[in-house]
Amino acid sequence: MKRLLRNMMVGAAALTIGAAGAVTAAQAEWAPKKPVEFIIMAGKGGGADQMARLMQGIIQKNDLSPRPFIPINKPGGSGAEALQYMKSKAGDDHTVMVTLNSFYTTPIIQDGLDIDITTFTPIGRMALDTFLLWVHSDSGIGSLEDYVAKVKAAGRDWKVGGTGSGQEDSILTAMMEAEFGYEVTYIPFPGGGTVAKNLVGKHIDSTVNNPSEQSEFFRAGNTVPLVQFNDERAEAFKDIPTAKELGHDIVYYMQRSVNGPPGMSDEAAAWYRNLFETLFKSEEWQTFCTDDGIDCKDWVAGDDLAAFHQAQLKRHRELIESVGADAITGE
Amino acid sequence: MTVRTAELVIAIGLLIGSIAVAIKAAELNIGWVPGRGPGAGAWPFWLAVGMALSCVWTLVRWMRHVTPESRSQEPFIDSETVPVVAITVGALFGLLVGIHIIGMYFSLALFMLFYVRFVGRHSWTTTIPVVIGTPVFIFCLFEWALTTSLPKGLAMFEPLYYPLYELIY
Amino acid sequence: MIETILQPLATGLLQAFEPLNLAMILLGCLAGLFVGALPGLGSVNGVAILLPVTFLVPPTSAIIFLCALYYGAMYGGAISSITLGIPGASTAVATVFDGRPMAQSGKADQALMAAAIASFIGGTISVILFTLFAPPLAAFALAFGPPEEFALMVLAFATFIGLGGDDIPKTIFSIMVGLALATIGLDIISGQPRLIFFDLPGFLAGINFLVLAIGIYGIGEMIWTLEHTQGKVTLHKVKTSWAGFKENLTKIKDYLMTTTFGSVLGFFVGTLPAAGATPASLMSYGLAKTFSKDPDSFGKGNISGVAAPEAGNNAASTGSMLPMITLGIPGSPTTAILLGGMIIWGLRPGPLLFSEHPDFVWGLIGSMYIANFVTVVLNLAMIPIFVRVLAMPFTLLAPIIFALCVVGGFAPTLKMHDVWLMFIFGLAGYLLRKLNYPVAPAVLAIVLGPLAERSLRQSLIASQGDPLMFLERPIALTCFFFAAALIAYPIVRKLLQKRKPVEEG
Repeated sequence: MKRLLRNMMVGAAALTIGAAGAVTAAQAEWAPKKPVEFIIMAGKGGGADQMARLMQGIIQKNDLSPRPFIPINKPGGSGAEALQYMKSKAGDDHTVMVTLNSFYTTPIIQDGLDIDITTFTPIGRMALDTFLLWVHSDSGIGSLEDYVAKVKAAGRDWKVGGTGSGQEDSILTAMMEAEFGYEVTYIPFPGGGTVAKNLVGKHIDSTVNNPSEQSEFFRAGNTVPLVQFNDERAEAFKDIPTAKELGHDIVYYMQRSVNGPPGMSDEAAAWYRNLFETLFKSEEWQTFCTDDGIDCKDWVAGDDLAAFHQAQLKRHRELIESVGADAITGE
Repeated sequence: MTVRTAELVIAIGLLIGSIAVAIKAAELNIGWVPGRGPGAGAWPFWLAVGMALSCVWTLVRWMRHVTPESRSQEPFIDSETVPVVAITVGALFGLLVGIHIIGMYFSLALFMLFYVRFVGRHSWTTTIPVVIGTPVFIFCLFEWALTTSLPKGLAMFEPLYYPLYELIY
Repeated sequence: MIETILQPLATGLLQAFEPLNLAMILLGCLAGLFVGALPGLGSVNGVAILLPVTFLVPPTSAIIFLCALYYGAMYGGAISSITLGIPGASTAVATVFDGRPMAQSGKADQALMAAAIASFIGGTISVILFTLFAPPLAAFALAFGPPEEFALMVLAFATFIGLGGDDIPKTIFSIMVGLALATIGLDIISGQPRLIFFDLPGFLAGINFLVLAIGIYGIGEMIWTLEHTQGKVTLHKVKTSWAGFKENLTKIKDYLMTTTFGSVLGFFVGTLPAAGATPASLMSYGLAKTFSKDPDSFGKGNISGVAAPEAGNNAASTGSMLPMITLGIPGSPTTAILLGGMIIWGLRPGPLLFSEHPDFVWGLIGSMYIANFVTVVLNLAMIPIFVRVLAMPFTLLAPIIFALCVVGGFAPTLKMHDVWLMFIFGLAGYLLRKLNYPVAPAVLAIVLGPLAERSLRQSLIASQGDPLMFLERPIALTCFFFAAALIAYPIVRKLLQKRKPVEEG
């Protein structure tokens, strides 16, 4: 029955998008023989999950793979579960994982996990997601200076919402505390959407959210961004200064990359690199990035990605050391 | 074993389990973090303490013969029904072990064969469609319609499914 | 005001009647019924799995398909709760309490019909409320912060006081085990993993509600039934006929009140982000029991006990669309995936969606009316097929149920770890049940426990550890007041009825 449905939809698609995607050269050499496990190191419905399901959709729509990609959520232990699973899948050619920054932070914060992510097979970097500092538009705060002054005055009464101790935004919050010399109360919520809602409902005073979670409230005039934490201003937020411009060296972004388990065969890795490059350059993916204010300009794959991971890992280690793991976990 | 003995054994077992949970929870902070409320371990720890106390309460009631279970001298499991229950539990255990070795589909087929033919004593004309139909239905539903992979057992059995994938994807 | 609603609604209904959209509704409802009826597979799985398929049709048709699937699955959950005694999803747990006893006493057709009709009423009342009050309710949902969420959870727990057994220490134990099991896994407040027994990585993600529910109600219940029947008895055969159908139709008046009440309640609970359909169906059941003329008949096959939770969960599933569409915040795990879908199609749910994409929003609302109608017709038509399941010889039905349990225990998380856990829970549930430990409180506690703990701790962090902050929140205080009233009500009633002190249990 559902097959019928799918055929119907494929038929409809064929009419609208014309011929299915091109068969690449690498595909002829190696191709998955069974469904590919597409591991997501976060729960259903979150940002990483949405991206993974979009990738799956584009792969299916453009017929990029002879076997389906099956998204599997392994959110346990801030991604520890997913990392351990990938490690246990060493040498497997039919498992790939889409990562967040917990790819770096989880093995550092959770000692005893015994995961070396540099052994994983890097495939490709799909996006760099940006972080902005948001406050409610009724707060009357118009600049980073105002913000810092207000927070300093409020002290512990200032409530910052985030997606959980040890998550990316808690690191960024800790970085800000260190830079500006104030201490706030950090309240964890399950997921960026809930954080956004609590900011609009004034249950919290500020948050560092990804734009995708806040942009609609911003457009509706409920919330305003004060500063962005990129190297350069993002396309979608041309008017918002970066922290660097204001003289504060806080640069932080979220990488979303695809990686295979340790010891994946070269042929398979090449095939996946090719597939995700096609996906990355597809119109659907680029549109999604632009709409969400995500950076998808440069395609970074293979050894370049490995070097990127090395640099990021080192940076996260320094960050966590400088703010202290306790400041992030909160206890 | 009488129901009265079973009540005692289970209550003691649960008490020990509750204490184990409390000890495990105490690895985390079970106190009050100033300015933040209870620590990570506080909630599970006090729940485990509550579990232990309710077990103690059950034990007290057992000693005082308050509940019907603490008075009953009937056998806990009827000797006539022991085989049915034991065979079912054993077959389920076998099914689960089988999934790890020969995969979901073959293990299910064997389980069905055993249960329908040898426990239920149905005719072969009933047994065979069920034995073949169940895994085929589940395969079609999961692998085909829902593109969800079920366990295939040891790695050596996986290639058996390649032609099927070729067919359905 | 009427014009601003009726006109776009008419356009929306017309849009939903377009051939492609109508086909999507039909397919979605059918797929949903099927997915919902299988234990272990619920609307979350259905919607998540079929999401990519919908990239192939226009966004409005795609969301219509997925929403129809969501409704279908809500109806379908009742089917497995009633015929197999296994809740297919957490939203259908309360349906088991009375649906199963009804099926066992040969009234499966009545129960299924009550479920279908209550779902229809729930869904329809809810979508009407949705049409009329979407914007002001969105504002109300925003006022719900962690302290209000905690108060709501307290209220939810209070509504099913009395769902436990007559043995107080064993009921307490059962609730606490459920709450403790819910704490396993990562604690998001501190970022630390908790209760990872034997360092098994499988515990890191926590224990999925379905693992416990399928273990206890599927495996445990089957073993228990096998023991009592020694595998010889066939369950009651149900004859379905047109005359019987008409007779059952007259029974609607028995549960119309509970259903209407449950629908309104379900809708409001559903609109609150983070609550969703499960607490709604439980609260609806609990309140139906508390205010029934004959509360003792609940759990033994009272038809209102089937209608109330079904009205509640269907109403809530529509309600949970509201924060998703108006605020971009999912009210349930399924709407979280729907939300992902909308973002992927380039539709940004949020405060501006109503004004910027009226076609989409009203097309969706229009399809809700039609999807409810389609599902109830499909459901009523298929009752004779569902009840035939019960006519199977038990030695044939039992292994098939076991097979569905094993597959259903695996499907939500795709881990054998959970299948083993389910087996252990099944055995434990069977043994404990023989000793008069009530199991329902544990199942309820594992669903609501995480929400209750998290919102309490968030509230305390926000107030820097001051528990008196709850007194400053009017909505929270109201919830606490109702909770206290609910707890006091049965006691007061007993005192008034008997005019003598209640005996100590």
